[in-house]
Amino acid sequence: MDVKKILHVMRHAPHGTVYTYEGLEMILIMAAYEQDLTVVFIGDGVYALKKEQDTSDIGIKGYAKTFAALGDYDVEKLYVDRISLEERGLTLDDLVVGAEVLESAELGRLMKEQDVVIHH
Amino acid sequence: MLHTINKSPFESNILETCIRFLQPGDPLLFIENGVYAVQAHNRFAMLIESVHRTNPIFALQPDLSARGIMAILEGVETVDYEGFVDLVEKHKVNNWL
Amino acid sequence: MKIGILLKQGPYNHQASDTAYKFAEAAIRKGHTVDAVFLYNDGVINATKLMDPPQDDRHIAERWSELNRDHGVEILACIAASKRRGINEDIMITGSAITGLGTLTDIAIRNDRTVTFGD
Repeated sequence: MDVKKILHVMRHAPHGTVYTYEGLEMILIMAAYEQDLTVVFIGDGVYALKKEQDTSDIGIKGYAKTFAALGDYDVEKLYVDRISLEERGLTLDDLVVGAEVLESAELGRLMKEQDVVIHH
Repeated sequence: MLHTINKSPFESNILETCIRFLQPGDPLLFIENGVYAVQAHNRFAMLIESVHRTNPIFALQPDLSARGIMAILEGVETVDYEGFVDLVEKHKVNNWL
Repeated sequence: MKIGILLKQGPYNHQASDTAYKFAEAAIRKGHTVDAVFLYNDGVINATKLMDPPQDDRHIAERWSELNRDHGVEILACIAASKRRGINEDIMITGSAITGLGTLTDIAIRNDRTVTFGD
């Protein structure tokens, strides 16, 4: 079977809109199809990975732990945009997963290699 | 890879974000409210001009017309929906939302 | 070229549905194949037959239905996103269907391009 390089670009903060959650659902399903999946976190998307999120009082199910467990679904390529992280005053220690931090140029090259890019 | 932008740069920072990842030679296409970026004399003119040195820039004419944008930055090429399709045929796509 | 379209916004609220439709039309006019329009997020609202816009406005669901009838473009709404928003087969317009995200994956795999429209 044809294996495609599919990139999911997480761009929204969690909870304020559904894009991140439904994006995660899409990633989980696609993970079962043995494609070459990559997930990158850019802009407010990095907030999806913030540690210590507690959504119990807003009445919305939290899902930061599911991002942390993506490795269990064989989604191993998780990257965070360095500038997005830094401009929000965050470091890798603030995030639930051990994603790799990439420079803009590296992320730009990674995007260009993809067959399909889906922004969430 | 074709990058498309559909938000006004006055409302959203996706133009500036996208430009950080744009590889030399890759075309940038403005659609929907994104076309406000290429209106002449706006504060993004310098930025667009600097991108234009390395990357071709397009704007969707029906969206320009719909918004009454007559004067656009020099070097920006306009395309109709068929031109949009041609760009998609020539390049893989990265639709920034 | 074979094209799959991913539409992530509801009708009328955002121009995405209109741009996606105009793009699909132009692609077909140029001899390309538009394989499917996959509706996700609020995009699933695009294909309900319950929408009833004023006479002088475009009917977005009917446009999708016609694209299916005239050009065989599959109009597919994600089941998880649909259920969440109260959309089921009973209220879907002719020529549209509900399916899973696996179908979107197949669309992404089998087409030369997957083009996304949304907000």
